[in-house]
Amino acid sequence: MSLAMRVEEKLYQNRYIVDAGKPHIAIRPHDKPSENLLAMTRICPAGCYAETSSGQVEITPDGCLECGTCRVLCEASGDITWNYPRGGFGVLFKFG
Amino acid sequence: MIEEKFDAIVIGAGMAGNAAAHTMASRGLKVLQLERGEYAGSKNVQGAILYADMVEKIIPNFREEAPLERHLVEQRFWMMGDRSHTGLQYRNDDFNEDKPNRYTIIRSQFDRWFSKEVQAQGALVICETTVTELVSDAYGKVIGVRTDRRGGTIFADVVILCEGVNGLLGARAGLRDTPKAEHVALAVKEMHFLPRETIESRFNLHGDEGVVIEAAGVISKGMTGMGFVYTNKESVSVGMGCLVSDFATNNDTPNGLLEAFKNHPSIKPLLEGSEVKEYAAHLIPEGGYKTIPQLFGDGWVVCGDAAQLNNAIHREGSNLALTSGRLAGEAIFQIKSRREPMTKQNLALYKQYLDDSFVMKDLKKYKDMPALLHANSQNYFLAYPQLVSKAMENFLRVDGTPKLDKEKATVASFVKERRWTGLFGDAWRLARAWR
Ligand SMILES: Cc1cc2nc3c(=O)[nH]c(=O)nc-3n(C[C@H](O)[C@H](O)[C@H](O)COP(=O)(O)OP(=O)(O)OC[C@H]3O[C@@H](n4cnc5c(N)ncnc54)[C@H](O)[C@@H]3O)c2cc1C
Ligand code: SF4
Repeated sequence: MSLAMRVEEKLYQNRYIVDAGKPHIAIRPHDKPSENLLAMTRICPAGCYAETSSGQVEITPDGCLECGTCRVLCEASGDITWNYPRGGFGVLFKFG
Repeated sequence: MIEEKFDAIVIGAGMAGNAAAHTMASRGLKVLQLERGEYAGSKNVQGAILYADMVEKIIPNFREEAPLERHLVEQRFWMMGDRSHTGLQYRNDDFNEDKPNRYTIIRSQFDRWFSKEVQAQGALVICETTVTELVSDAYGKVIGVRTDRRGGTIFADVVILCEGVNGLLGARAGLRDTPKAEHVALAVKEMHFLPRETIESRFNLHGDEGVVIEAAGVISKGMTGMGFVYTNKESVSVGMGCLVSDFATNNDTPNGLLEAFKNHPSIKPLLEGSEVKEYAAHLIPEGGYKTIPQLFGDGWVVCGDAAQLNNAIHREGSNLALTSGRLAGEAIFQIKSRREPMTKQNLALYKQYLDDSFVMKDLKKYKDMPALLHANSQNYFLAYPQLVSKAMENFLRVDGTPKLDKEKATVASFVKERRWTGLFGDAWRLARAWR
């Protein structure tokens, strides 16, 4: 066990049924990300948010833990749209 | 999809939803419960400590049937320094009683069992179905729901929103606001598997006895937050949570904090050699009494985390969810037996039941705590723990310095850090909020 246990390795332990082609979170196109959107690249516990080389924030919600943190921080300003995945899809906790 | 009309539709099969559905179905109401997960519990995350009394009020013999992990005989509170902890430890053999008061559980297993009990009472439970919308009539009364399955609206006299802290439906229908970042904590959690005997010897346990450790201090880097280590039969739950608003302005990551907590010299030996089988994240409502939204209206009530009914100070949530769900079910049964409609006026009975219960009384008692801890997080979660650690070290290290000089140094360091007025103010504010 080391300090370097990365999120990607951890997500590997989890069970998911990904609804291919139907992402449940989407980012509004932007030139410059808002402060909160930028913060998500650090805060998202599943590492779904990343900054591109040209400085925008993009999302790959496949490993999403459906915690809702990004919704709380970024939905009101219109930075993102957030929905639950279709019934049965998404993360499926074995223990929770 | 479903043509018939129900007495009640329950949204969500977590603690609140299962309590509400069980209460109503066992009294003969026609209940439909909808859950978006593959099975009840597949979306839910908890520490998890279960309070027996609140389950017993719904299923009296649950101890014989429910998947329970360990009954708790010991509680440790650790104030964490950088490489130290100062602990308060309470253990009582009387907790080895016939009907123990607290247990650890694994939520996905417990919820799944609970859901079977709900179905046994005659409720129709449909999983893998996300409710997408509440449906109202021309007067704004909620009359049913729409789901992501094919088919139209499903109708009911009343809809019980038990959709958890991240409830979209109530917010979208304008019944309440989305929680604010300063009123919810983001918790990350891992399940560490170890052989039974290893857990028992490391934590000083016999048989099904269990211990919980709650940890606060420098581990949250000055943010309002806590860590925990709970023992299960063959696993240990380890987690860490801080307010979302604090995360937004701090440079740490939730996973980084959890890793640092796991690697703290006081925690690491407890987990050594374990196999991690799951990584989860979830929000916890921490705003308390002042953030409780409107709890009832024409054709609807809201229970549990969706209604911010969570006692962050005592780390209680499941019992408030169970109780609010049960009371909503009882109120609806009362109204139904009087053959009266599910109007806002009649559903106020639910709020009345809640006000008379420990749920609202406890939350009211601590109404000022969330704001206080948040406003003073640097003191409570960084400065004081470091000072306490230093004071303990001064006290215990025998190095030829006269004791009086040591005491003076300790007091001086407290005063230097916060000044007398600051210290006095912090203590006074804490005492007032606790009252
Ligand atoms: C890390 C952590 C540790 C905790 N530790 C403790 C503890 O030790 N003791 C304690 O008492 N409490 C604890 N809590 C709090 C406790 O978990 C909650 O208070 C409790 O689960 C709330 O129950 P609920 O029924 O309101 O919500 P939940 O249990 O979250 O259930 C909500 C349900 O609704 C479903 N749902 C949501 N939206 C929809 C929709 N649109 N359609 C269909 N279904 C939907 C979800 O899938 C879910 O099953 C902890 C919480 C966390 C995150
Ligand atoms: S819901 Fe949580 S896990 Fe999913 S993308 Fe948002 S912050 Fe990340």
